[in-house]
Amino acid sequence: MERVTLACGNGASENNALIQRVFFKHFENQILIQGNDSAILPSLSKMAFSTDSYTISPLFFAGGDIGKLSICGTCNDLTMMGARPKYLSASFIIEEGFELKQLEKIAQSMAEECRKNGVLIVTGDTKVVGRGHADGIYINTAGIGEVIYEGLNPQSLQHGDVIIVSNSIGKHGASIFSQREGIDLVSHLYSDCASLFPLVQTLFQSNLTLRALRDATRGGLAAVLNEWARSSQTCICIDEKQVPISDEVQGICEFLGLEAYALANEGTFVLALPKSDALRALEILHSHPLGKEAQIIGEVGGEYKQRVILDSGYGTRRFLDMPSGEILPRIC
Amino acid sequence: MCLSIPSQVVSIDEKNNTCIVDTMGTQREASLDIFKEKIEIGDYVLIHIGYVMNKISKEHAQESLELYQQMVEAIQREDEDA
Amino acid sequence: MKMLELKQLYQGFRDPKSILAWSEKIKQEAKDLKCKIRVMEVCGGHTHSIMKYGINQLIEEVFEFIHGPGCPVCIMPKNRINHAVLLAQEENVILATLGDMIRIPSSKGSLSDARSKGADVRFVYSPLDLLKIAKENPNKTVIYFAIGFETTTPMSAALLERVEREGIKNILFHINHVLVPPPMEAILQNQDVHIDAFIAPSHVSVIAGSKIYEPFVSKYRIPTVVAGFEPVDLLEGLWMIVQQVKHREARLENQYKRSVSFEGNLLAQEKIEHYFELRESFMWRGIGEIPYSALRLKEKFAQYDAERVYDLPYEVVKEPKGCICPQIISGVAKPLSCKLFGIVCKPTSPIGSCMVSSEGVCNAYFRYGNLL
Repeated sequence: MERVTLACGNGASENNALIQRVFFKHFENQILIQGNDSAILPSLSKMAFSTDSYTISPLFFAGGDIGKLSICGTCNDLTMMGARPKYLSASFIIEEGFELKQLEKIAQSMAEECRKNGVLIVTGDTKVVGRGHADGIYINTAGIGEVIYEGLNPQSLQHGDVIIVSNSIGKHGASIFSQREGIDLVSHLYSDCASLFPLVQTLFQSNLTLRALRDATRGGLAAVLNEWARSSQTCICIDEKQVPISDEVQGICEFLGLEAYALANEGTFVLALPKSDALRALEILHSHPLGKEAQIIGEVGGEYKQRVILDSGYGTRRFLDMPSGEILPRIC
Repeated sequence: MCLSIPSQVVSIDEKNNTCIVDTMGTQREASLDIFKEKIEIGDYVLIHIGYVMNKISKEHAQESLELYQQMVEAIQREDEDA
Repeated sequence: MKMLELKQLYQGFRDPKSILAWSEKIKQEAKDLKCKIRVMEVCGGHTHSIMKYGINQLIEEVFEFIHGPGCPVCIMPKNRINHAVLLAQEENVILATLGDMIRIPSSKGSLSDARSKGADVRFVYSPLDLLKIAKENPNKTVIYFAIGFETTTPMSAALLERVEREGIKNILFHINHVLVPPPMEAILQNQDVHIDAFIAPSHVSVIAGSKIYEPFVSKYRIPTVVAGFEPVDLLEGLWMIVQQVKHREARLENQYKRSVSFEGNLLAQEKIEHYFELRESFMWRGIGEIPYSALRLKEKFAQYDAERVYDLPYEVVKEPKGCICPQIISGVAKPLSCKLFGIVCKPTSPIGSCMVSSEGVCNAYFRYGNLL
């Protein structure tokens, strides 16, 4: 078998072969291989539960692939709510004719990312649709995590709290954009796609007071800050000079007339915490490879409630708006 | 209107009348179809929707930047004197 | 002389210290002026820079900015956008255009709506991408909905040259190229608009040269400075205007010498001349019909002209009720005086064209705010 056929999704022998050959092989664990209708799990005290579906073009990109993304994404969502990722489900919608070799590569990256998070895939599903009815492969993952740090909530943001970003921004969005057909940019930029639990766990264990965490995925830094300003009824003021943006991201933004604030990240989060704990948090972040570029970028406070303000540092200010619509290159 | 981007020429393909330009580590092919001046590797050019529009004068750019630098220094001196 | 690094061409002209130095200098120079200088930045790119970098906040006491008609998306009359939608809905047609154009609403919906209903609409980064699309789809007609001022026009000419040379049969053009000087003149003739000086679009002049402004600077005796798009460029250009106003001069000056010459790019001009001719008149959204303000393909290239190949209607489409884009584009009103602004008309649900494009003045006001 070299390619996925419609028969692979019909529940019969071909379906079993695919599951055995690809998914059980890579995701193997005691719960999954029982192959029951549902997974029976030991109970956890307080749980976080999250789901997300993944579609991306190209499927394999600099810095990751759809498989890695599907594990990072859901595990990061659990992590951001103070949970340790424990169990995942994985569902695949595969286009007829999809190469098995590619599917294996995807499964491998999923397995590797599961190991990094210490998470198990305990249940799953595969469907195959006719050629042209899907763009290669779509993956849905849902996850359960055990809450190990309680009380994270953007509504608790207070005047004077400090905002930290864990990484330079826009790497995922810029690199995916540059690899799109028709854009044809050549860049050495990698997506920041990464599992954040190992890094964030060190923050949870540090006795710091954390108010809110959010990974800056679609909509980028701009979306997170605007959502926080709205839900906490505060104004967030960002010092433009302090926002870390790499040269590569800036270069792509120049080419396309975009701003890094609205570009997606897949391994970068925003943190709000009391000023007294900020430097200590920064130290912890800097000591981990995923947090090397972390920066304090601003604080909660200002006269425009529910808005985000960018301060240029030379006496001018502007709003940072909630990103909207399809991101299109500026031509004019 | 008309977003145009300063870039540096890194290679030239005379057969297809194109060149590769670089902006802070990102590269793209650009057409030389509307540009007839002599172009060399290392030149700075303005790119608009995939075409080289012109060569950026390094002399003029340098002149401007030096003028700005002098202005900034003059202001700093005034501040120190004050 | 030190080696100039590419990065300095960006950062050097965005340097906060230089921004402050120029704005101080402008304020100093303008101390004795009795009233604010009303300057029109013609170009949407300048509007974008002014709002993004907060230039208006820095020199508020010296300048009042009147935002001009230089956003090719904003000035496109609905009739032309309807053409695009009709063409996209034709059988076996792929319609390609640049950036924001696909979002502009019209009476037949936007190109983006047409796409969601099944039309093959593509945004391209470069007109050159059409060559590839045409080769990959030999049984379809690929139509380039060409927009833009002088800056973007030679690229359409260069594409047509390739199409001719390579004998490609399935690329057509719908030409909406417009010129900068005619609307500037039209605005000066409008009794309701009072303008003391112009900041002229510089990338237009990279192609067309600064010479295009000379006839009307001498005719209307109005200070005009061709300035670059970076904040320091703009401020230096504004300083030049202050100098002229102070000394009661009305000259054409070029701040953007590193890229703009008096003559411009002659090869690009030749190509434009070869393929295009002036339209007798073109309808500008907001300003109305302006004679000799736009281009079309010459008769001998009719076979490539979608307007001649397809039967496209000419209809005057009314503006949405309450929308004051027309007044905004012609410099009579500002976004904040529109009743729809920010309430029903937002970037997510634009009513007027000025809210759609990131060049559009309403969009810039909404996104960046007017934080004085």
